[in-house]
Amino acid sequence: MARITLSHLAHSYMANPRGEQDFALKEMDHVWDDGGAYALLGASGCGKTTLLNIISGLLRPSQGRVLFGERDVTDAATAERNIAQVFQFPVVYDTMTVRDNLAFPLRNRGLGAAYVAQRVQTIARMIGMEAELGRKARGLTADAKQKISLGRGMVREDVNAILFDEPLTVIDPHMKWELRTQLKALHRQFGHTMIYVTHDQTEALTFADKVVVMHEGRVVQTGTPEELFERPSHTFVGYFIGSPGMNLLDAKVEGSQAVVEGVPVQLGAQYGRPEGRVQIGVRPEFVRLTRDEGLPVRITRIEDVGRHRIARAEFFGREINAILAEDAHVPADASRLAFDPNHTLVYANDWRVQPHPGTEGRAA
Amino acid sequence: MEKTVNHKAWFLVLPVLVLVAFSAVIPLMTVVNYSVNDTFGNNEFFWNGLDWFDEMIHSDRLWAAFWRQVMFSAIILVIEVPLGIFIALNMPKKGIWASVCLVLMALPLLIPFNVVGTIWQIFGRVDIGLLGHTLQALGIDYNYVNDPIDAWATIIIMDVWHWTSLVALLCYAGLQSIPQAYYQAAKIDQASRWKVFRYIELPKMKGVLLIAVLLRFMDSFMIYTEPFVVTGGGPGNSTTFLSIDLVKMAVGQFDLGPAAAFSIMYFLVIMLISWVFYTVMTSFDREDAQK
Repeated sequence: MARITLSHLAHSYMANPRGEQDFALKEMDHVWDDGGAYALLGASGCGKTTLLNIISGLLRPSQGRVLFGERDVTDAATAERNIAQVFQFPVVYDTMTVRDNLAFPLRNRGLGAAYVAQRVQTIARMIGMEAELGRKARGLTADAKQKISLGRGMVREDVNAILFDEPLTVIDPHMKWELRTQLKALHRQFGHTMIYVTHDQTEALTFADKVVVMHEGRVVQTGTPEELFERPSHTFVGYFIGSPGMNLLDAKVEGSQAVVEGVPVQLGAQYGRPEGRVQIGVRPEFVRLTRDEGLPVRITRIEDVGRHRIARAEFFGREINAILAEDAHVPADASRLAFDPNHTLVYANDWRVQPHPGTEGRAA
Repeated sequence: MEKTVNHKAWFLVLPVLVLVAFSAVIPLMTVVNYSVNDTFGNNEFFWNGLDWFDEMIHSDRLWAAFWRQVMFSAIILVIEVPLGIFIALNMPKKGIWASVCLVLMALPLLIPFNVVGTIWQIFGRVDIGLLGHTLQALGIDYNYVNDPIDAWATIIIMDVWHWTSLVALLCYAGLQSIPQAYYQAAKIDQASRWKVFRYIELPKMKGVLLIAVLLRFMDSFMIYTEPFVVTGGGPGNSTTFLSIDLVKMAVGQFDLGPAAAFSIMYFLVIMLISWVFYTVMTSFDREDAQK
């Protein structure tokens, strides 16, 4: 096991990339701590799989280095890296039995029969396929096949890291929950570094200690689920995480005040005078529906989603959402939305503007 | 619910019935008719029962041709199938070279059979042929006109040249359908090249390989034009395969009755062997699925 360092890493699928737009993965520096449970979250096509394949050695990066611990493995073959990887769609060896499938990675490494048998038994119990061990893998359901793929990924004990590339896409919802829980248990038990690629925020937030959010070939934020929720450092993180996502409004910011379409909005800190396209962002959880403060809006509808209600409102053609507690009283004539100043963040050209030091929480 | 009965619908299958009748059923029945009669022309037929069949099944000439035919099919299958797989495995998977390869591979398949025969007939000639003359010049005693071994070698190499492409292209198509993730998983699992072939590529190629073997078997078992053009069945009878013998009998000697009986047995043998092939290969599949 080892810490994985990506240093000045970038990748382009073109032979002669000309500009930054030709890179599937923009230059990045990133460290995956030994034993961490990471989720790599992002929309489809943002470079998640590319990054994963670079770590496992299936792809050689066009520039930069990959280090396992202190060792430079950029040019090392996949086999040398001792990595396990589970793919999005089930990969099983059809003509082999389930047992042989699970034993395959171990036997290829020349491990003893007794050890292999014992490992296969353990993994089969974990994925709940002990009864099917003697069956041919062909003809099993997609679910079962993917469980075998997962099992093959976990069967080796000494791997440097286990990489999961959206492994639960084809699995039934109830099974998804169970397998994810087992992956977590496995992580606690053995402490392998795990990197879990997904575009499903629930999956990412429940699995990982740390979530790495990618957008257009860039890592835009790395942090705990709380950090991503409370302090998104990029507008993409703001609206990609959360349901509904962060409200973003073009504004003019000066000091601790923002002006949106002529209406002043109080901010929780001093921001100076940010340049570029300036927006304020506030999560629907921190928006209140009131009668007399905040932005005057037109409420278009109230949706009941179970645990809470979502108020959808319109403000100069822009949608703003507010989450109302289940039992919160909505005044019939309420037509204004007030933002919690401490949770109203400022963005310039999509990146978060840091407040001036020491001013946070005071202006409120 | 009452089912509507409309016998007019039968008229819709009429065109197909007519077509099949003229293209297959009537000609075949004519052959059946010849096989149980003796005729001396003038459309005079004398009932002969199964005598022609009896004569043919005890004919040394037919059996000799039959074993030559079996030998020929076996040899070309043993060469073409592994060679085709090998070529398919080594063909480029994408890019300009993949297209170039595909076109080059398809070329021999597009050449008319008698032209293929003519090409090799001239190519192998000792006096003017590039191959024959070069071999002679190198001091190798090669002459497909006199030596049965050389004649066989020429015909087999010609068939391999002509048809290996078919096997290769079918296998190539099978290989192309394997998702990249399988190869990646194999790398992660540290599978050797042989294991990748044995557990990923071969199982995925099995379907097309079955078709390739069946096609090559049937075609080679019915081969006529190319050996006829190259060797004419000689030297002696050494390359006289079933079809060549049949044509000699029917058209050369005008023994229509025996030739018809011969044809029918020939047809049944091909059907039988193809059926055995197919059953054996698909039953492997079913066994797999049940376990």
